[in-house]
Amino acid sequence: MESFLERNSFFSHLYRFFDAATPSWLAYLLAASVIVFVLVNGLMLFTMALIYMERRLIGRFQVRLGPNRVGPFGLLQPVADAIKILFKEDLVPVGADRITFNLAPVLFIFPVFLSLAVVPFGERYFLADLNVAVLFIMGVSGLSTIAILMAGWSSANRYAMFGAVRAVAQLISYEVPMVLSLVGVLLLVGSMSMVTIVEGQRLPLILLQPLGFLVFFMAALAELNRTPFDLVEAESELVAGYHTEYSGMKFGMFMLAEFAASVVSSAIIVTVFFKGWEGPLLPSHLWFVIKLFVVLFVLIWIRATLPRLRIDQIMAFAWKVLFPLSLVNIAATAVEVLLWPQPTTAQIWAMVGINWGVTFVSLALWSWLMGPTLRPNMPQLLRGATTGKAA
Amino acid sequence: MIPAGAETSAMFNLAWWLLAIETVFAAILVIRLRDIFKAALALVAFFLGVVGLFVLLNAEFLAAVQLLIYVGAISILLVFTILLTRDVQGGNTSSRFRGLAMVPVLFLVSVVIFVATTTDWPLLQEAALLPPVQEKVAEVFGNSAPWIGGLLVREFVLPFEAVSLLLVAALVGAIALAREP
Repeated sequence: MESFLERNSFFSHLYRFFDAATPSWLAYLLAASVIVFVLVNGLMLFTMALIYMERRLIGRFQVRLGPNRVGPFGLLQPVADAIKILFKEDLVPVGADRITFNLAPVLFIFPVFLSLAVVPFGERYFLADLNVAVLFIMGVSGLSTIAILMAGWSSANRYAMFGAVRAVAQLISYEVPMVLSLVGVLLLVGSMSMVTIVEGQRLPLILLQPLGFLVFFMAALAELNRTPFDLVEAESELVAGYHTEYSGMKFGMFMLAEFAASVVSSAIIVTVFFKGWEGPLLPSHLWFVIKLFVVLFVLIWIRATLPRLRIDQIMAFAWKVLFPLSLVNIAATAVEVLLWPQPTTAQIWAMVGINWGVTFVSLALWSWLMGPTLRPNMPQLLRGATTGKAA
Repeated sequence: MIPAGAETSAMFNLAWWLLAIETVFAAILVIRLRDIFKAALALVAFFLGVVGLFVLLNAEFLAAVQLLIYVGAISILLVFTILLTRDVQGGNTSSRFRGLAMVPVLFLVSVVIFVATTTDWPLLQEAALLPPVQEKVAEVFGNSAPWIGGLLVREFVLPFEAVSLLLVAALVGAIALAREP
């Protein structure tokens, strides 16, 4: 307890403040509640910033203006949207299963907040320092899959059902490379605690784990249902996927949770691969926010650049490309850790060189081997139609 | 880690009772619900209760693994298979072996009650341990993941490898079954 207070200045300030007037267990609870309040509302603010940024930047990418009427530079557009969505009619379909239908949006948003609990967002500023934080984040993110299934099933709508089944197939496939890509990080740092991962990085881990970063980033994009992988809610095929039947604030909660999940995933990427809050000159929180927005910008950039993939391509990409690549990464990292358990600076730079070499060689090899199988080919029914032969 | 001595505090007891009631209630729902999809959701709630109980037992690693594997993977696969099965809306049909099933159930329940009541569960602060042993216990419980990992690749390496082999066999079998002819 004492060592925890020592390492967590945010918590200990609040704890000492409440401890003066109340019994210590209540002070503990009150301090934690204040931090949770700040975290939840801070995340909502960042989510609003992301929504604004995304709409304006996508506008830029598409050579148009984006929302610019409400407030200066359209800054109040997310607020206006939130108010509009609150006043919309809340519909429940006749055939829907009411309890499950109403529970799904709540269950969808709650893992997002939970995984924020272990992210250190400044030097000695965090809510909890779990020693199994990485596993905790992975486990908690699985909860949203169940919420998607509940939403799809309870809507009594085929499009919602198709969306949910696609979502589950995609999410459980991408969870495998996502977990495995972090094993390299765990081998190098030797701890699953997010705080130790930040403090244990002598170099930003993106230099030491380029392949792990690539796999994790792709898998995170898929877990977030963001654009190259957003066929869970492909408008042209499925109306809106699993949230087709939702309206008003329930739909708002789905949308909010998706954007908030983007923020949280970016925070995790910053913590694990970009040395978290560490940086010269500026205060640590500012560094964290700067790095967070850079990652968010890349997310938006990808959305504006890449078209949507097909479901079979997505599944093949997870199992035939990302999964083996993450295994290659684990093998390479394990050999290096075995050779140099206590690396000197020169050995660390040697590791960087080897890992980038492994990354380029394996990427070239996989695109040569797997490229032909992943190329866009025609659906089976159409195959015969163009060549004139029967399928 | 939960600080030593917290096992007897009021907050701890409250958390334990809430989790225990939630777990048992969810387990009953799994059996009693007619709709098999909702029963699977109740199973998820049950697994979450077990996660909470693991946390109260200072087993954070087991809690995280339970969350990752049971809540995140197994129950989703279960729900997925239910969704792919036709005609499940009618729910479970009643079984002819209702009366017969009571015999093993009663046996199991009595064994569990016997073991739980006759075992002398030692609490950490009550055990008269030498200071170095106490320190070791605190170290192991403070961060159990590396110790579990060490046990898996040293003392229990044979079962560990046997399970790996089984998983590889299952994977190869799945690929062989799903392969297009």
